[in-house]
Amino acid sequence: MAIITEKDLQPAYDVIVVGSGAGGGQSAYTLTMNGVKVLMLEAGRNYDPVTETPMFQTPSQMPLRGMSTRQKPFGFADATVDGGWEVPNEPYTQASEDPKTHFKWWRARMLGGRTNHWGRISLRNGPYDFKPYSRDGLGFDWPIGYDDVAPYYDKVEMLVGVYGSNEGLENTPDSPNGTLLPAPKARAGELFVKKHIAKHGLPVIPIHRAVLSTRQDHVNFPARLHPNNPKAQKIIAKAMQERAACFWATDCGRGCSIKANYQSTTVHLPPALATGNLDVLCNAHAREVTVGPDGKANGVIYVDKVTGQERAVKARAVILAASSGETARIMLNSKSNRFPNGIANGSGLVGKYIMDTVGGRLSGYVPAFENLPVHNEEGAGNHVYIPWWLYKEASKLGFARGYHIEFSTGRRMPGMGTGGASPGYGKSYKEEVRQKYGAGIGFSGRGEMIPNKDSFCELDPNTKDKWGIPVLRFHWKWSDHELKQAQHMEQTFHMIIETIGGKPAKMSKTKEEAIEAPGSIIHEVGGAIMGADQAKSVTNQWNQCWEVPNLLLNDGSAFCSNADKNPTLTIMALAWRASDHLIEEMRKGNL
Amino acid sequence: MENTSPETPQRIDRRAALKWMGAVVAAAAVTDKLLGAPKDPGAKPIEGAGKLIGTDPVLNKTYTPGELWSLTLTPAQRVAAIALIDLILPPDNPATDKLASQLGVQDFIDEWISAPYENCAADKPVITAGLDWIDAEAGRRFHKKFAELDEAQKCQIADDICGKTPVKKEFKPQQAFFNRFRSLAAGGYYTTPQGMKDVGYVGNVPTVDFAGPTPEALKHLGLA
Repeated sequence: MAIITEKDLQPAYDVIVVGSGAGGGQSAYTLTMNGVKVLMLEAGRNYDPVTETPMFQTPSQMPLRGMSTRQKPFGFADATVDGGWEVPNEPYTQASEDPKTHFKWWRARMLGGRTNHWGRISLRNGPYDFKPYSRDGLGFDWPIGYDDVAPYYDKVEMLVGVYGSNEGLENTPDSPNGTLLPAPKARAGELFVKKHIAKHGLPVIPIHRAVLSTRQDHVNFPARLHPNNPKAQKIIAKAMQERAACFWATDCGRGCSIKANYQSTTVHLPPALATGNLDVLCNAHAREVTVGPDGKANGVIYVDKVTGQERAVKARAVILAASSGETARIMLNSKSNRFPNGIANGSGLVGKYIMDTVGGRLSGYVPAFENLPVHNEEGAGNHVYIPWWLYKEASKLGFARGYHIEFSTGRRMPGMGTGGASPGYGKSYKEEVRQKYGAGIGFSGRGEMIPNKDSFCELDPNTKDKWGIPVLRFHWKWSDHELKQAQHMEQTFHMIIETIGGKPAKMSKTKEEAIEAPGSIIHEVGGAIMGADQAKSVTNQWNQCWEVPNLLLNDGSAFCSNADKNPTLTIMALAWRASDHLIEEMRKGNL
Repeated sequence: MENTSPETPQRIDRRAALKWMGAVVAAAAVTDKLLGAPKDPGAKPIEGAGKLIGTDPVLNKTYTPGELWSLTLTPAQRVAAIALIDLILPPDNPATDKLASQLGVQDFIDEWISAPYENCAADKPVITAGLDWIDAEAGRRFHKKFAELDEAQKCQIADDICGKTPVKKEFKPQQAFFNRFRSLAAGGYYTTPQGMKDVGYVGNVPTVDFAGPTPEALKHLGLA
């Protein structure tokens, strides 16, 4: 089994996994390592970071010095191909003309999906994050707690490789000893911020990122990951040895040809393929999940994007991990006599309660950083961050929940912004450019959005994509909690920049201006929330749809809250947990 | 928290404040990408645009200006552009460094203004009119093309429009041209290997460990 074309499709599989990103990659990995025969459907093309990543290309080798375009929104060298907020032939619509209600939907139609691009920030949800309703009466509690997920966080961290440290801070869980890889040293600017803001009570600690700061422990990790499974141990030990440690030179967002960071394509898929139990079919755009006479899912209909033909494939179980929006879309498009409103949508909640992360930002200029003695500051994104520090002040803030702060400093690869701000020309101009280079600082907040009934998606009754498949139509509304939180972020960043003697950029005039547009942060979750009550949720705690237990939702769609912690690590942990449970249920004959 | 606007600084004059703001904006452009989400969705193709970069270009190859779309500077504009680029970005070490024009900065500017994206297309009339003007102005003052002037003569024109000293009202359009041209030239230059070395960028080279800040850097920041 391998990356296949249609003619090699088997008549039936144990499980079809739709999507090849964090949720799909983890699901396929867990299942195939345990002998389950899996077909993975990916809507985009095959993509290989080992051969395609522009590791050392400088902007002078790129069209327009790497300028960001609608087709390559994070710049030319970004790993994402055939993706962005606009994807040709695949529209989506907004229910209202009011821009404040618009949701920007980011997609990546390529093998590995969004894991090729993401920030690799890998923070565990803490105990509070699974029980938010119990703490403040807003949103929903998860039907599981931190202790249910912790063993899977441990395993995912070992498998993908996460650097960081244990700091013992509130709702910021530690990992078991020996699980995390060593945190890289902080940069000069990061240390400078740490020193000066300590007096305001803001902790600056090593961030957790899915990057190998050292090689993985291929001797001990395999047995901890796959006890009593010698074949899996052997495969993962070999895969770990094929990954190099970070060489602190290039931008993770381009992808990593030496496999030092996590991408599904370099970490999940190679060992899964090595089991011989995985077929991957690319350019296969899932249209709907099919249902048998017994009401169970029995396969998927997809469109072959190359020929435009519709095809059906069969399996004993189906896992949707297509991204939460696309998963909701597939479910709503899966209409049958039994499920006239879409598969497993008896509750009417498919597409409801979609969430993004609350984003705010402010940049500044720091004279203390001018003329910093030259040294390398590249490699592996941020090294530190500021976790939410005001749990004890929650009642005084005027908004619920919190945010963490990511910030970037340093003498990073010059781009089109370098030199633009200085007057004059000639030697004095060049001197000033040198003086100012690397003196910028940028802060961004990543905060928790509370799910609300006004933020949802549904099928557009009129618009279809190129293949005739109805598309999503979005509705959006921030609550005052999110708006005030974004304003609090900006005020905090302003305070920090002034504290370090810097000059902040202009602040927003209103809280509506302070918050980044919905969908900008690309942490879209929800749309098929999990819960303890079948009437009020789409899945149970095992990501199984209540009405169709052999249909699992292993991406962010089952999230019933969206903590400030970036969602990818939790998506992977829950996908592993759900896949383990699926294997057990299949063994027992319960499905 | 006090909400003071940097627009109205208490202790620095307006000129310094504007300089600050420019630096902040430039810093924002550099840090934007590092923060994860670009504020704007990226350059929009112009209506009916021909060949674009597209959604799935080959990433790990070297592109040459003119490869994806035709260049449009006239020969005369190109000659003037070369002279102005080398005036703005003279080599630090004339014996060993190349001229910015020898690194093809004018080819990049031509690629930029000829590109089928709205922001680039908006720059085109500013740049071409400015290059035409600078030759015409050289003719008015010295009866030569700009590129044929000696250093002092070039500086005489550039000083009037570069913004280092207050710019006379009649030169305001040329000041806008010079600002934009300098931004493009600097972006073009500092993204070449020589430009990176010039500005003190030493990344993009593999190392076994992340060494962290040097003792000198820590001392510079009062952290040692």
